[in-house]
Amino acid sequence: MIIDIKKWLILGGVCFIGVSCGSKLDLMPHQSIDETAALATSQDVVVTLNGAYDGASSTNLYGGTIQYTGDLLGDDGDVRFGGSFATLDELWRKTITTNNTQTRDTWLSAYSTINRVNNVLSAIDKVTSSEKNTVEGKALFLRGLLYFDLVRLWGKDFNDGSNTSNLGVPLVTAPTRGVTEEDSKPRATVAEVYAQVISDLTKAVTLLDSEPVTGFASKGAAQAILARVYLQQGNYAAARDAANAVIASGEYALEGSYLNAFTDASSETIFSIVVTEQDGTNYLNTFYAPATFQGRGDIRVQSKFLTLFEASDTRGAFFVRASNNTFSSKFLDRFGDVLVVRLSEMYLIRAETNQRLGTATGATPLNDVNAIRSRSGASLLSVVTLDAVLEERKKELAFEGQQVFDAKRLKRNIGSLAYNSPTLVLPIPQRETDTNKNLVQNEGY
Amino acid sequence: MKRTLQLFSIILATLLSFQGFAQDIEIKGTITSAEDASPLPGVNVVLKGTTKGVLTDVEGKYSLLVPSGGVLSISYVGYKSLEIPVSGRSIINVALESDLHSLDEIVVTGFGSQIKRELTGNIARLKMAESAEMPMTTFEQGIQGKAAGVQINQGSGKLGQTMRISVRGQSSVSASNEPLYVIDGIPMTQNTDRREVNMMADINPQDIESIEILKDASAGAIYGARAANGVVLITTKNGKSGRTNVNFGMQFGSSKPTNVLKFLNTQQYIDFYRMAAGNADVLDGYDPSDEDSNTSYMEDFFQTQSLGTFGTSNQADTDWSSLAFQKAPQQQYDLNINGGNEKTSFYISGQLLDQTGILNGNAFGRISGRVNVNHKVSRRMNIGINMGLTRTLNERVSGDNSFGNPLQLVALPPMTPATDPSTGLPVGSPPGDITVPMYFNNMLYLGNAYYNTTNHRNITNVYGDYELIKGLRFRTEFAVDFLNSHIERYYNSNTQRNTGAPMGIADQTFRRVENYNTNNYFSYIKELGLHGVSATLGMSFQNSTDKTMYAEGQDFPSDSYKQIQSAARKTDASSTRSDFSFVSYFARANYKWNDRYLFGLSGRIDGSSRFGANNRYGFFPAVSAGWVVSEEDFLKNSQVFSFLKVRASWGVTGNAEIGNFPQLGLYTGDAGYAGLPGQRPSQMGNPDLGWETTKQVDLGIDFGFLKNRINGEIDVYSKQTTGLLLNVNVPGTTGFSSIVKNVGSLSNKGIELVINSDNLVGDFKWKTSFNVAINRNKITELDEDKPIEGGISSMSRAVKGQPIGTFFTVEYAGVDSETGDALWYKNTTNADGTIDRSTTNSYNQAQRVVVGNALPKWTAGLSNTFSYKGLDLSALFNGVFGNKINFYGAGRYASANGRFEDNQTVNQLDAWTPENKDTKVPQARLFYNNGAQASSRFIEDGSYVRLRSVTLGYNLPKSVLSNIKLNSVRVYVTGQNLLTFTKYSGWDPEVNSDDFATNIALGYDFYSTPQAKTILFGLNVGF
Repeated sequence: MIIDIKKWLILGGVCFIGVSCGSKLDLMPHQSIDETAALATSQDVVVTLNGAYDGASSTNLYGGTIQYTGDLLGDDGDVRFGGSFATLDELWRKTITTNNTQTRDTWLSAYSTINRVNNVLSAIDKVTSSEKNTVEGKALFLRGLLYFDLVRLWGKDFNDGSNTSNLGVPLVTAPTRGVTEEDSKPRATVAEVYAQVISDLTKAVTLLDSEPVTGFASKGAAQAILARVYLQQGNYAAARDAANAVIASGEYALEGSYLNAFTDASSETIFSIVVTEQDGTNYLNTFYAPATFQGRGDIRVQSKFLTLFEASDTRGAFFVRASNNTFSSKFLDRFGDVLVVRLSEMYLIRAETNQRLGTATGATPLNDVNAIRSRSGASLLSVVTLDAVLEERKKELAFEGQQVFDAKRLKRNIGSLAYNSPTLVLPIPQRETDTNKNLVQNEGY
Repeated sequence: MKRTLQLFSIILATLLSFQGFAQDIEIKGTITSAEDASPLPGVNVVLKGTTKGVLTDVEGKYSLLVPSGGVLSISYVGYKSLEIPVSGRSIINVALESDLHSLDEIVVTGFGSQIKRELTGNIARLKMAESAEMPMTTFEQGIQGKAAGVQINQGSGKLGQTMRISVRGQSSVSASNEPLYVIDGIPMTQNTDRREVNMMADINPQDIESIEILKDASAGAIYGARAANGVVLITTKNGKSGRTNVNFGMQFGSSKPTNVLKFLNTQQYIDFYRMAAGNADVLDGYDPSDEDSNTSYMEDFFQTQSLGTFGTSNQADTDWSSLAFQKAPQQQYDLNINGGNEKTSFYISGQLLDQTGILNGNAFGRISGRVNVNHKVSRRMNIGINMGLTRTLNERVSGDNSFGNPLQLVALPPMTPATDPSTGLPVGSPPGDITVPMYFNNMLYLGNAYYNTTNHRNITNVYGDYELIKGLRFRTEFAVDFLNSHIERYYNSNTQRNTGAPMGIADQTFRRVENYNTNNYFSYIKELGLHGVSATLGMSFQNSTDKTMYAEGQDFPSDSYKQIQSAARKTDASSTRSDFSFVSYFARANYKWNDRYLFGLSGRIDGSSRFGANNRYGFFPAVSAGWVVSEEDFLKNSQVFSFLKVRASWGVTGNAEIGNFPQLGLYTGDAGYAGLPGQRPSQMGNPDLGWETTKQVDLGIDFGFLKNRINGEIDVYSKQTTGLLLNVNVPGTTGFSSIVKNVGSLSNKGIELVINSDNLVGDFKWKTSFNVAINRNKITELDEDKPIEGGISSMSRAVKGQPIGTFFTVEYAGVDSETGDALWYKNTTNADGTIDRSTTNSYNQAQRVVVGNALPKWTAGLSNTFSYKGLDLSALFNGVFGNKINFYGAGRYASANGRFEDNQTVNQLDAWTPENKDTKVPQARLFYNNGAQASSRFIEDGSYVRLRSVTLGYNLPKSVLSNIKLNSVRVYVTGQNLLTFTKYSGWDPEVNSDDFATNIALGYDFYSTPQAKTILFGLNVGF
């Protein structure tokens, strides 16, 4: 016994004196890999692209925040925000503060996703040739889409003053490997950001296949966002042609009933974010759906909006009641995909632009509007005016995120606020102005 | 072995003398300790002037043949020697008075120990016996308020939650600010997340003999890169040779919250919200009769939320504020057996603790066992084992920021009945309307959900030490700290509103942390004339692996099924692993001359897997010196000064607690999308990353007056931390939000004073112990001086020139007496550099300013102990002063002059009206944010003084004990937190919300549970 213990003590002493434990310090993580080995193969780039779409699916972005921001910021008493989330309440009341954590997180997530895209594009040559075009196209689509929404949210409208001097958002088109002074990027002008958006989306159109892939970009998705971009710019002919190209592709079809347009299987979905039980969150469900549909029930529809619809219009009945409130039925599926753009909008863009230009590319404005109205049981129009198209747009696309941008391009007041009120432009997050001295804050903040 | 030899020679001498003095008489007796009447084995009983004598046996008994006129000389280490004339008696029982000076205490120092008199560093030693009668879920509760400069904030009244402990301030902005915990020489696995259960609760506080807190650098530097926040050394109990003692203890009692806030009752609520809705209608331009008006909304709301009872005779008036709490009984049983002989000593213990928390659904239970054995193999060799095995079960409640947090019930309107009259079930239960009440009724969790964390913890240390040559020993220790944690959460169909899972949801996490540690070191002690030297040289290695596995399932066949096997859909699963290691070499030398001049030198080299390839090893030296002035001739015979020592130390320590792998540039594969795998860049690399370095200077005086009846210490220190491990914010446009860098510096400066006094001695004793500490924290540099923000609405920030925990927000200026608008001070800088102190009702026009700090300016503790014969009374007060608490978390809903439908605290009834213009509460406007923005309105003084504990005890007298054949019997009653003095308007000023607390965001109250007020009865019996 004593001898054994002595041996043990000696062993301890030997370990103490002789063994170098230095190599025991070279531990590596088990659920992460070194960045230098991360983009080595074609597969690596493809999974990084998936990571970029994962970034876009964040609740801070197309998981819901970008959509509800456009809706709440543009609301004029159609809804009441009754929840305790100050971040959304500030949007709804147009009293946004520079420390609004949601706008901060949307900014951070957007650029994090753009960095993922930039990583993909930086290694695009690693991708096998058969996949290279689609990978590049999907990546460019995402970057174009993000910059478009960033510039719409944080910059003045394209046609509000001079877009070559109005500030948009910083443009970053290369992956970040380390941080230097160079990374304190100033804001590019609105025009520069739009140019980047159009360049990315236009290139994506040429690279992408027509066949839709659920949750990812296709040629139609890039064209659809381009249609939005041109419409926002007031470039009606280009918007019309882009919208017409989507409709004419035949890849999408209006659902027979309005209800079906808000299901995962909808044939009119052009681009949506995939949410499953295991991954992703439908943030529109969180805020627009009542507790009986697993939501918070914060955004309640007011009778002002309900009275817009004629009795036969099924869109006017597409609501649920819970406790003493009314809620939109568009987002009742907690695990439903989150819509970003759908075919109805293309019909309405084509109708509006044809109407404005006095053309009938693809179809007459009257036919396009009636196509939308008829499937919801609304009475068919015999003549169409620009106002009628725009009213149809409001009824059809309510709560889908375009409201404030429509008001801005149409130069319409939101309540007592003029379309170009500085309070309808998000403030650069305090965090960003603190860390990047080259950022200029928006007017009014 | 020395004693064995002594014994041998004494016995020999006795035998020899036996033959020589036949006329001697035999005397017998028992030697006991005067303090607790316990028998003292091994006491020297010698006939004065001879070598003739004996040692007492294990029961303290002796017998000796002596001349009837002789004198017995009785001596024992640590006790006052006595000389007693035999005077013809045949039985002489003696009670020895203790002579243990606090200065002669042995203080554990980390890889060794030292006599307190000779310390040159600052180490606070706390004997757990002094706290043993307090209700303690975790041992930290027992040291709160007792050590100067050691601040403990329990955060909330949830049982077994992590708490915040800081030693001499906050030395880090982004890394941990918690001290290193070392139990019996082993660095423990510690919490890294405040939302976890407290891993320290896996230790039975009753097993702890003492806690030493290494506060200054000379004491801490032996722990190198991990000592910058102080080191807490926990030493568990061991047996003493002699009688086998059996001690049994039991406690039982119950708790309630220290404070329950008052909210509006139904009538107040209706009146208040009719007013708020009406005011909002004016602003919105609604006619109150408009269907969309706020008034119509609110009238509908009254109807819906009351389930139709509004305005009827059945109208409810529910006090949700009280419903969050439950009856909270607790009981604790302890048994320990200790003893030993010359070769082997042991301590065996067991504990059963069963606590119910004050918050609905909260409970904590602990079953623990410990075996500590030390065995002398030979004269030179010693081996032993300290093994603790514990099972804790924490029945938890949701985080503060969850509708499941019981305290969030206060938000519910009082007109909502607690029971749905249509179903007879708690309101919100299916098949009733689950959208009522306004928020999820978390009382539905009771019986329908559980959130249990079960920990199995084994902390075992085996050691051996061997004397190579006289004075030189080698010690080796090998230790494991195994933590197995099982977190089970289950929510059945009745809770669907909060979980979003109409058919139930469950998840389970298994976590295993394997922490191995070995210490191997030489120690040397040599005294030569007036010189004394002691030295330590060694190494240690630690490796820790943390693995978790998680699974989630939904849709159970019925509410009877709770395991994921039964879930129709397995909706989530994951596993993770993370490792770290430390390799360290350390050395220490102490030298003393003539007991007057003391010098200490120590150093440690630390390497860690957490740091960059370019900066893998750090060196942490310390020097210290002391001068025992009272040993000098000019003071030696002073009647006033019985002890006086001045000491000084300087040293370097580090902080390496920033999680694993912060130095690497990483991609993480957690970015799957649409069923496809995905990866993302997750972290920017920094190969230069190292530890935070803290240089600390400490100057101290230890003093004793009047035979040490008044003694204490004063310390002044300055801690300068450089190379702060910062999550440096980077422009979000980079795609990252932060990078970990060693930039920035901060300082902590402070003064600590400890005074202990024996005010009264004799039959009636009165002892006082007082400590007070001042610490000033200041950030002196940050990366490009960019502030780092944190907390709710970014109200906290770390910024150059201010302390950590600074509240930085808009300054509230009260109410515009004409309009009822909330006002803010602009605080903008005028062209001439002055500050514009005019007010505005436009929130965005007001600049944010520093409005206070969450760190206390000073802290203090005062304990008084009175005893008279068997009776004793002790009381501990502790106080925290000069800190601010941010009530914004709860206040922006609960004290927001009717912004939302959330029930309001009664002080909101003072809201502005045309008739009540002179008020600090703005006009009530439903759904309008009139003053509920982040501002100083909700930042309040958090100072408090609290009667932390008070105990009245009675020890049965010896005469009774001998009749009932017991060694000791003690009964006591303890009260905890019986009194709190504070101006804070929230629940409890000792708060740090679990879901929001970070290093920067301190002092947030978010429906946080108040502390418990407890009364406990206890009984201790010694056999």
